[in-house]
Parts: sequence; structure tokens; C-alpha cells
Amino acid sequence: MTLIDNWRYSLQALVRHRLRTGFVLTAVAIGVTSVLVLTSLGEGARRFIELEFSALGNEIMVVLPGRKQTTGGSIPLYGNSPRDLTIEDALAMQKVSTIKAVAPIIAGTSLISYQGKSREVITLGSTTELFSVRKLQLSQGRVFTIGTSTVAKPVCVLGATIKAELFGNKNPIGQWVRFSGQRFRVVGILEERGESMGLDMRQMAIIPIAAAQNLFNSPALFRILLELKQSGSEAYTEAKLRQIIKKRHEGEDDITILTQRAMMNAFDNILNVVTVSIGAIAAISLIVAGFLIMNVSFISVSQRKQEIGLLKALGATGAEVRNIFLTEALIVVGLGVLIGLALGYTLTLVAVVLWPFIPLAIPWWATAASIAVAFGVGLLFSWLPASAAAKQDPVLALRGN
Amino acid sequence: MNPGLICLKKISKTYLVGEQPLPVLKSVSLAINKGDYLSIMGPSGSGKSTLLNMIGMLDRPDSGEYWLNQKPTSSLEEEKRARLRRDHIGFIFQNSHLIPRLSATENAELPLILAKVGFKNRRNKIAKIFSRLGLSERENHLPKQLSGGQMQRVAIARAMVLEPDILLADEPTGNLDQTAGLEVMELLEELNRSGITLIVVTHDHQIGNRAARKLTMVDGEIVQDKPGHDLDR
Ligand SMILES: Nc1ncnc2c1ncn2[C@@H]1O[C@H](COP(=O)(O)OP(=O)(O)O)[C@@H](O)[C@H]1O
Ligand SMILES: [Mg+2]
Repeated sequence: MTLIDNWRYSLQALVRHRLRTGFVLTAVAIGVTSVLVLTSLGEGARRFIELEFSALGNEIMVVLPGRKQTTGGSIPLYGNSPRDLTIEDALAMQKVSTIKAVAPIIAGTSLISYQGKSREVITLGSTTELFSVRKLQLSQGRVFTIGTSTVAKPVCVLGATIKAELFGNKNPIGQWVRFSGQRFRVVGILEERGESMGLDMRQMAIIPIAAAQNLFNSPALFRILLELKQSGSEAYTEAKLRQIIKKRHEGEDDITILTQRAMMNAFDNILNVVTVSIGAIAAISLIVAGFLIMNVSFISVSQRKQEIGLLKALGATGAEVRNIFLTEALIVVGLGVLIGLALGYTLTLVAVVLWPFIPLAIPWWATAASIAVAFGVGLLFSWLPASAAAKQDPVLALRGN
Repeated sequence: MNPGLICLKKISKTYLVGEQPLPVLKSVSLAINKGDYLSIMGPSGSGKSTLLNMIGMLDRPDSGEYWLNQKPTSSLEEEKRARLRRDHIGFIFQNSHLIPRLSATENAELPLILAKVGFKNRRNKIAKIFSRLGLSERENHLPKQLSGGQMQRVAIARAMVLEPDILLADEPTGNLDQTAGLEVMELLEELNRSGITLIVVTHDHQIGNRAARKLTMVDGEIVQDKPGHDLDR
């Protein structure tokens, strides 16, 4: 049999056995699509988590007042009544050699108003360092360049949502707003960025720390953000910080220190679980798809034992019979894979358009694996029955057993 | 040296029916010359089809030797036997064994496809044979659109396109009425007159008696070979 006749014969068989071809095609397409869609869901979840965490920034440590955890089983003496953290504590921390920048934060809510419009807003009092440590970019204006000085300069930087609500499309730079009655001049607007570390920066206002002290009438810090010069110095820095606080807080290091690394480690565990889950989902859907393709291929070839017997009786060699059935499998699996890929990618794309906040993506290895499994299983389980029937003496195949 | 075109020497075949061994051919020996016209008769289950399948190399004996064209075939591997079938043997089955999705022409040209004959040559050859068999009007019909006699004629066309040395027909008239059956027999006999060795299996005496040489089988043995003589048992 020539190659052309081989293909003509196989194509003819596929076209004229429409129903059977349709079954195999559907099995392959559904198999491939389900692998792609399921893994894209898993991968989407993984990316979502990863994005959340990469927004943290590098080599950040967070110091909170009070001891959140008991260490070594001892009963915390000052568990519920910690000494406040103060600006002076923050200044003292600045002297640790591994620390690049310190951003002390006072936080509270206040009523912001402009030309009769007003709303509640979470107000952060901090220094210029906050912008660099938290990697906050401005879309308009500039940051205020104020350190921990006691001069309560009345300037503010507003989140994008606050700006939109108070000013609409008007240029807010240079305008005066009131925070709980006190006048502040707007100098900058934060770039739209969404959440980071669980805070929606679009809904915030930032003012100099001294001004916040006045506004909230309290020197107590909400937390202190630290940026390290280089990674790997967390342990040393933490020890130093505790030493400093112990000295300043009458022998008690009543603070809690969170390192980004520790937080990331927690997330790494989650990420690993998610990754393993994706793998499991992919493996299961591949196995299911594989079984589907296997059965349909096997049945489809087995139904044609008589044809195989006849071809052999007419003088076809086993190799010729195998080629015919492999060619058919190649064509039908190839088409099925194409349909499955098109369907899988289209569905994922539609989902991305409909729900842009879930970063769905089909991992390349899922695509590769689904193609490999479809072809591998489809070809193998066409070849096996065809080859078995072709090896027999033709009488057996002619009888259909 | 073994005489003749076909030479069977003490061929035995036993099938397993469940656990039970069932001897179907019991040490059958037979020599057939080129151009012979043979019929094999006998009751149902006596092993006629099995013997024909042995001659056509569709089946393998458990023991004994089969020489085709003075060459032993028993030890040949399956691929070589397939080639021998293609080049020397044409088969006609009781139920035609046409492929349902293929038209009359496409069914008949299968041996030519296997022999790598080009498309144009194939179609010319089939057209000639079809007109000879009275099938010209039916070349694009599917098997289900043909009568039993027409289907059997397509099967004959398929068996003769490669001009085989041997034509094996297993109950070729079994599914046909008398007229159609006689037409088919006349076609086969015409091929025999042109030199092809013809072996017809049948349980119909009227058909079987048309042959020059008549074998009778009972229980896996040839009990009569006419004209010739009753075989010693
Ligand atoms: N592949 C097989 N497996 C089991 N038994 C078989 C097989 N082929 C034939 N037989 C049995 O062998 C006997 C002879 O069969 P066959 O040669 O077809 O008889 P005939 O053609 O004379 O009617 C029958 O009893 C049949 O059932
Ligand atoms: Mg029979």
C-alpha cells in the first residue's frame, strides 16, 4: 500500500464512520480541554497568592507594640498592657547598622472634608520613608519631605479613591482640605494600586507624623516599618531591636517583630500546597482523559476486527494494517487536540475577561502534558488492538474474535 | 519433489471448544494440479471451510506440511504468508465480506491498492472487470444497495483483479437464490476455463457435481475423491 493510498483509506474511514469519529474526537477534545481548564484554575489561585505577596516589597520588618506570642512557655507578664511604641523608640532603632530606613506610623480615622463633601478616612501619620519602604508611587504632585521633626506641617497625600470622591476630575494639588476640622494642603495623590498587606491604599490619607500626633492627640505608634540594607540580617537585627527596646522599656522587650521572610514562609507553605494540588488536579484530569481516549479508541478499533481480517485475507501485511489504524488515530487525535486546545484557551480567555481579578493562566506544562497524553494514549490504544488483530491468523479476525 | 500446485501432507488441526479439544482436520493429504476444478462437499461441521482456509493460508495447521508452487509454507512468518495470499490466492466467502462503507468499485480495488497499483490503472481494470460481470451500473453503489448476487459478483471481482493462480470459494451460492447461484457458478467456471485453479466448498450436491473432481469430507477426513477412487481409511 502506498502512503497516499494509506491516507486516502484512513481519511475515508474517518469521514464515512461519522459517529465513531465524532466520539473519539469528542473524547480527545474534552480530555484536553478539561486538563487545561482545571490546571488554569489552580494556576490562577497560585498566581493570585503570589501577586498578593510580592506586593510587600523586599526585606521589610514590621515592629508592633506588645508581645503577641509567648515564647518558651513563660507567662507573659505584660501581655495585655504593653508600653506604647514611640517616635523616640523609632529614632533609636535607626542607629542599628543593618537598617536602611525606618518609617514609624500613627494610625487613626478622621473626617476629611472639602467644599461641603466629607467622609471618614483612615489616616496614617508617618515620615517620607514610608513612601520608599512601602514602594508607594504618586500619580500627581510630590511626597512631603518631612522626617520625625516636631514641626506639624499641615500637608497631606491622598489615596486615589479619596481624591476621586472629593475632587472628581479637578486638580487637587494645592487645595486645602480639613481633617477633623484642621486644615491641610494636598501635595500629592497616590497611584492607583489596590491592596497591599491587607490595606487598601486607595482609601487612605497620609500626613506628617507630628501632625498625626496632634490630630489624634496621642504619641502611640500603630507600628514601625523597617527596611533592611540587605537580606539575611533579620536575626541580627531582631536581636538588636529587642536589646534597644529592653533598655528603653525598663527591661521588657514588649514588642512583636514580623519579618517579611517569616510571612513569606507561611505563604510558601500555602503555595506549595496549591502547587501540589494543581499537580494532583492535572494528574487526575489527565488520567481521566487518558481513560476516556483509551476506551473510545480501543472500542473503535475492536469494532473493525472483521475489516482487519478481510484486509489480511486479501494479502495486507500486519504492518500495512497497523499503518492504516495509526494514521486514523493520528488524524483524529490531532484534530481532537486542536479542538481541545482552542476550546480550553478560549474558555480561559473568556474567564479572564469576565473575572480579571483572578489571574487565570494555563501552565505550559499542562498544555504539553495534555497533548502528549492524548497522542500517547490515542495512538497506543489504536495500535494495540489493531496490531493484536493483525498478528492473528486471518480466520480468527474474520470471525470477529 | 512434490507434485502439483497445491500439496497438503498429513494436515491436522484441532480447535479448543471451551476445555474440549475438537479435531477438525485429521491428517488430511491432498494434491491439486494447476487448472483443476474441485468441489468439496460434506455435512456441516465436517471441516470443509477449515480445509479451504488452510489452502488459502488464512489458518495454520497444528501439524503436517503445505507446499504451494513447490515451496513449503508452514514455517513462513505471517508477513510472508500475507504476500503469498495477495499474489496467488483469491478468496470468495459465503457472506461476501464487503466493507460496508466502501462502494462496489472501492471494495473491488482493495487488492490492487495493497499491490501498490496506481489510481488510474486500478479504475480502468475494475471498469473492465465490472462490465464483464455486469456490474457497470453498480460501480458507485454501497454493498447495502446491492442484491446478494451483485454483492457476490463484487466479491468475485475483488478476488480476480490480481489474476490469482487459485480461486477459493466457500459456499459462494449459500446466500443466493437458484438463478443468482447458477450465474455466480458460471462466472467462476469461466474463470477456471481461462486457467485459474478453482476450489468450491458447498453442501449443495447440484453445485458440487458440476466440478470435474469431487471431494467428500466427513468428520475431518476426505472420504471420497471422484473421479479417482474411494480413499483407504
Ligand atoms: N476458530 C474455531 N474455534 C473453535 N471451533 C472452530 C473454529 N473454527 C471452526 N471450528 C469448529 O470446527 C468444526 C469444523 O468447522 P468448519 O470447517 O467451518 O466446518 P464446515 O465448513 O464443514 O461446516 C465445526 O464444528 C466448527 O464449529
Ligand atoms: Mg463452512
